[in-house]
Amino acid sequence: MSNENILEISDLSVSYGGIQAVKEISFSVAEGEVVTLIGANGAGKSSTLRAITGLEKPSQGSIRFCGEELSGLSTDAIVEKGITLVPEGRRVFPNLTVLENLRIGAYMRRDDLTADIEWVCGLFPRLKERSWQKAGTLSGGEQQMLAIGRALMSRPSVIMMDEPSLGLAPIIVQGVFDIIKEINKQGVTILLVEQNANMALKAADRAYVMETGKITMSGSGKELLENDEIKTAYLGKAKKRA
Amino acid sequence: MSMDIFLQHLLNGISVGSLYALIAIGYTMVYGILLLINFAHGDIFMMASYFMIFAVVDFRMPIWLALPLIILLTIVLGMLLERSAYKPLRNAPRMSIMISAIGASYLFENLATYLFTGVPKGYPDIPWLTKVVNIGSISFQIVTVIAPVLVAAILIGLMALVNHTKTGMAMRAVSKDFETARLMGIKIDRVIAATFVIGSGLAAIGSVLWGAKYSSVYPLMGVMPGLKCFVAAVFGGIGNIPGAVLGGIVLGLGETLLVAFFPGLTGYRDAFAFVVLIVMLLVRPNGLLGEKTTDKV
Ligand SMILES: Nc1ncnc2c1ncn2[C@@H]1O[C@H](COP(=O)(O)OP(=O)(O)OP(=O)(O)O)[C@@H](O)[C@H]1O
Ligand SMILES: [Mg+2]
Repeated sequence: MSNENILEISDLSVSYGGIQAVKEISFSVAEGEVVTLIGANGAGKSSTLRAITGLEKPSQGSIRFCGEELSGLSTDAIVEKGITLVPEGRRVFPNLTVLENLRIGAYMRRDDLTADIEWVCGLFPRLKERSWQKAGTLSGGEQQMLAIGRALMSRPSVIMMDEPSLGLAPIIVQGVFDIIKEINKQGVTILLVEQNANMALKAADRAYVMETGKITMSGSGKELLENDEIKTAYLGKAKKRA
Repeated sequence: MSMDIFLQHLLNGISVGSLYALIAIGYTMVYGILLLINFAHGDIFMMASYFMIFAVVDFRMPIWLALPLIILLTIVLGMLLERSAYKPLRNAPRMSIMISAIGASYLFENLATYLFTGVPKGYPDIPWLTKVVNIGSISFQIVTVIAPVLVAAILIGLMALVNHTKTGMAMRAVSKDFETARLMGIKIDRVIAATFVIGSGLAAIGSVLWGAKYSSVYPLMGVMPGLKCFVAAVFGGIGNIPGAVLGGIVLGLGETLLVAFFPGLTGYRDAFAFVVLIVMLLVRPNGLLGEKTTDKV
């Protein structure tokens, strides 16, 4: 694992009208890492990811990717640099077939996609069986696989996922985390936003905890798993009596 | 009514319907992608007619040169309309864009009245469209057969574009979800501009065929065809390209045959479209070929 920070966020703020959803947060992701961002509903996790991809304009702060400033760039320019987002709620294109959804993930590429489609279908054999089906008719879990597969088609160096396990059966959730590990092993850096703190912390090299727009804690996945406050707040375990 | 006369009316109806179809495609494509009723579309059609008059009458251009030029000018006008009246409102509530469209329509109509006066001008004669041909006892202008053939070719081309090209795939994606399309690296402003290019280009082609049939050009000439073609698009299922063509032809055929069979109803020719619209909205609100789901206004 290299120590080079591929993604470096400093003093980032995001506001909606008068409300500040993200308040001067700073964090970094090193190349090859799995980093997770956990926190309660409304903490500002999605807003952070959306700001990184240019879907929201940050009100202040900087976002550096391989040393290059991203804030102010358009989403298509950011995505072209090699960052991709699996959005909250999957957002597959329901009117496109499974295969078209994969192809559109590689919209900016001009080279041959055959090998990549094979690769993604290898990761998610279910998608191969259903390649001619309209994505809108897939089950929730299948749509999540498709959303991840679609993001991989752009051959990103960083893939950000916003709650990929949301609404999935436990066994499928395990599958999604297995895939995350597999993708990471193949060299993709991962920034993961999750409600499922237990799974996320186990999968992550490092983690940050967000509360009402601020980062309140950080550490290795293991450290946070064993932290008492985290246990009560996010892992649903009772605090040990002192 | 004899068979010959019936065939004559049938041919006329299909031909008028094809003109409606050309304009209706523009409405339906823009609606499909922006969920916007482009009220200024009929006025783009009107401007295309004036461009032709200027090119041929004022600048004495030959038709072969004027034709591509006016199509190009109309496309530029359509893109300007999108950039100035719709693009700045990309994230605004849908009602604001609708009002902007109505404003743009009035602007074109009044600007045309101011610049070109309200006095009707004659559309230049294009002999290879207006020439009359006789087959048996049926006689028709060449444009009457060119229009449906052209529309069929355009429909096939558009369906190939939308369903089998990368640009078409991007159009379908943008029509469902702007944000996610952006995340795919799609420059959505370009895709939206492309639909205006196609819509305006077809309106220009429609205006040439229209001019061969009804040669009077005036600032409000786009209003009634615009309304009827919007009805045609809704009738076929707005957002659906074959639906717009079908709607246009049904409408053109319907009003032509109505007047042919009931000459007393000639004055109600234009009302026919709106009766059809009301009935359709009551019976099948999504139109003939429309999708079942509606999250649209
Ligand atoms: N488009 C918007 N307009 C106004 N406020 C917004 C908008 N999007 C988010 N917010 C607000 O910003 C805050 C942070 O939202 P965000 O979606 O980033 O939270 P989150 O951490 O992803 O929560 P969740 O876990 O529920 O997805 C919330 O209070 C939310 O109400
Ligand atoms: Mg969220």
